[in-house]
Amino acid sequence: MATLKINGESRTIDGPDDTNLLWAIRDMAGLTGTKYGCGVGLCGACTVHVDGVAIQSCQATIGDVAEKEVTTIEGLSADGEHPVQVAWRDQHVPQCGFCQAGQIMQAASLLSEKPNPTDQEILEGMSGNICRCGCYERIVAAVRVASTGA
Amino acid sequence: MLQYIKDFIEPAPQPDSSRLVFSNVSRRGFLKVSAAGFAVAAFSADANAFARYKTGGDSMPNGLRYDPHIFVSIDPDGTVTIVAHRSEMGTGSRTSLPMVVADEMGADWAKVKIVQAEGDEPKYGNQDTDGSRSMRHHVQSMRQMGASVRQMLVNAAAERWGVKPSDIKAGVHEVVNGANRAGFGELAEAAMKQPVPAFEELTFKEASEFRYIGKGKVGIYDLHDITTGKAVYGADVVLPGMKIAVIARPPVVGATPVSKDATQTMTVPGVEEVVDLPGSIMPAKFAPLGGVAVIATNTDAAIRGRDALEIEWSDSPHSNYNSENFTQEMRKTAKKPGKILRKEGDPDGAFKSAAKVFGQEYSQAHMVHAMMEPPVAVADVKDGKAEIWAPVQSPYGARGDIAAALNMDIENVRVNVTLLGGGFGRKSKCDYAIEAALLSQKTGIPIRVQWTREDDIHHSFNATTSVERIEVALDNDNKVTGWRHNSVAPSILSTFAPDSGHQFAIESGMGHVDMPFEIPNVSVENGAALAHTRIGWFRAVSNIPRAWAIQSFASELAVELGRDELEMMLELIGSDRTLDPPKQGFPDDFWDYGEIYDEYPIDTARLKNVLKLAAEKAGWGKELPEGEGIGLAVHRSFVTYVASAVRVKIVDGQITVPEIHMGVDCGFAVNPERIRSQMEGACVMGMTVALHSGVTYENGAVAESNFHDYPMVRSTNFPQKVHTHIVEHPFSVHASGIGEPGIPPVPPAIANAVFHATGKRVRDLPMGESI
Repeated sequence: MATLKINGESRTIDGPDDTNLLWAIRDMAGLTGTKYGCGVGLCGACTVHVDGVAIQSCQATIGDVAEKEVTTIEGLSADGEHPVQVAWRDQHVPQCGFCQAGQIMQAASLLSEKPNPTDQEILEGMSGNICRCGCYERIVAAVRVASTGA
Repeated sequence: MLQYIKDFIEPAPQPDSSRLVFSNVSRRGFLKVSAAGFAVAAFSADANAFARYKTGGDSMPNGLRYDPHIFVSIDPDGTVTIVAHRSEMGTGSRTSLPMVVADEMGADWAKVKIVQAEGDEPKYGNQDTDGSRSMRHHVQSMRQMGASVRQMLVNAAAERWGVKPSDIKAGVHEVVNGANRAGFGELAEAAMKQPVPAFEELTFKEASEFRYIGKGKVGIYDLHDITTGKAVYGADVVLPGMKIAVIARPPVVGATPVSKDATQTMTVPGVEEVVDLPGSIMPAKFAPLGGVAVIATNTDAAIRGRDALEIEWSDSPHSNYNSENFTQEMRKTAKKPGKILRKEGDPDGAFKSAAKVFGQEYSQAHMVHAMMEPPVAVADVKDGKAEIWAPVQSPYGARGDIAAALNMDIENVRVNVTLLGGGFGRKSKCDYAIEAALLSQKTGIPIRVQWTREDDIHHSFNATTSVERIEVALDNDNKVTGWRHNSVAPSILSTFAPDSGHQFAIESGMGHVDMPFEIPNVSVENGAALAHTRIGWFRAVSNIPRAWAIQSFASELAVELGRDELEMMLELIGSDRTLDPPKQGFPDDFWDYGEIYDEYPIDTARLKNVLKLAAEKAGWGKELPEGEGIGLAVHRSFVTYVASAVRVKIVDGQITVPEIHMGVDCGFAVNPERIRSQMEGACVMGMTVALHSGVTYENGAVAESNFHDYPMVRSTNFPQKVHTHIVEHPFSVHASGIGEPGIPPVPPAIANAVFHATGKRVRDLPMGESI
């Protein structure tokens, strides 16, 4: 049993400390915006923020994030108007959309750390997130738009 | 694809002539109606605004629907609800088809709501979402239904105002007659009670009147939900009391558990039950592989429980399958004469009298679709009924397969379609949904079956593996006088019927027998290769190995003969013409993507045009810095013509792709924005296919397991800039699909560019990231 703070709300998770954070978020907290893609930290579909920094939730346990603030795609903004979300829509990034929550969470974390990233920093910053549909060109464009407003 | 395959193993359905209504349309009916003073005064000035044509959609199982009551409803507040009956896996069809209805009826897209159809083909017509057919088959029926609703709104307003329908103009979401105006919502009830007008009574918009069609300004319907985490995919369906199942499946197809020990599994907190699932032996269509399911309160526990199972598996007839040896066997077969599928002229004579013979061999490894959402399905089977929620490409096909597996009447099974987190052909095979249904039936509780990524890579319906050998006969002037292409690859048919080792018409129609070069003597052959794992279709299917071989070969031939490659490719394609299949020795069962050939003939002018377009835009012939090269390739698939001009740059031995130009001719372009996104995606997936995608079998089992050894192109090395050049056509040039045809030309164009950058020729896929 552990209490997690997810998107500003306390939630009790009925599981041992080593319960996988991704499945705790999805199955126990009922927040399904965060996706399972590989389970081994290679695709980034499960990316969430812990104290504002992007992590791959499939590589963490609920014990790792006790006392910390977990933010999922549902909590990134109250109204879906985070600059990264707006840029994503502006650039018509998604195709199937499945990896996009992870991509957006990664991009938001990248920009909070580096508000004006170079192209190379964007490419490297997003390299942990796979998009099988192949939206990379638009992902990079959207990160740029979110960063510079143009 | 699925439905086409059925035609090859079951007697083909007789075409229903009553469905081909437009060929029987009587002009008299139209005149009679006109004389009675209804409707048609605004008959389009340009009769070509919508001249109907025949597509293969009419002969698909359950055909097409033209009744707007099935697809469109209008609320009193003006909300227009349109049914999306095809599955959304990223191509945008869930948006683009309703967009066609909305534009033709004059609806304001901001007031359109889309609902996803459940699997019900008797109601909605064919729903099998593959073969790049959504727009190709349904654009006409969507226009017709949109025009019908517009006319019904006009007719309702005419009754209300006591004026002639011809004096009423349809605007955006309203109809107008002088000072009279009425919104769609206001007229909805009366309009939907109007008789549905016959086709001849309808008017259609001119291209200049379109607000959404051809504009590419409509965002995908789920854009906001996707960016806020609210979009619902397969694993996002939660039912009260639902448990999660993760399954240990046999590592080799056809193996069964000899012994199992679940002691450790049952100690994992959250694990509740371990259930055996019966297996299947090929050909088993989409029957599950069987195995042992671990049922738990959450997915984490189910995965841990599954990993803790100790199972000894039996041998299987396929335990000796090793890809390396198999490829060597295919190479031997490819060098011998194969079964002749197409013979034109006198190929033996041409090779006998040749001044020179030039040949090469190309191969491709098995591939896995690896869509970001692994297979997943939710089932609730109780009280003699089953309800399924799943990301499936063929919801009605799945419904039939699930009903059969549960031994239930199909009427008692409902299949709800979620968004698909990628499909690529894998989600046409509903084994995962059958697993969920069987487990729910067995346990009496709602079950979600979750596949892990390892499950996905181990238990695919693989893209086939192939060896393609091509030889040409050359005369003293280096003119190509003979063509021989032997394709050796296990067939998809092995999943459905006893395996002969030979390919069937659908596979041969994908770039093999339909080879478009103007060569007088042609032999297209197929050597046998038996399947030792489940083979299925993967986005673009056999077009990938065929374009890989033929387009690489064309480049090699140019190099061999010291010719400019573009010039050589254009010369091989030859004069402007449409191919004449019977005259050119095509097989009697030649398959033109399920279309009537004359409606979608192989048109060499269109093929050359996209090649020239891509080459020109890429600056073909320009000087490039050391370590860079441009490669070309062109291929027609799914009746769409696509050429790629890829610029490769070698950076520290690594293949990088700064730029790709795609020339695309898909007939009338309905949603250019999604055409561009599909081309960008095809370049990325094409690069992944070229560099990375290969699974290997060792003793019958797949050796790879996750993205570390089955890697994908990532943001650190992807096609940096894709320019999509769409050939413009009026509606009269039949719209064709765009989901698959972007893929085939990309890998050979990359290989051809790599050759120009490095002087090294790659003939085997995947080629790896370094050169």
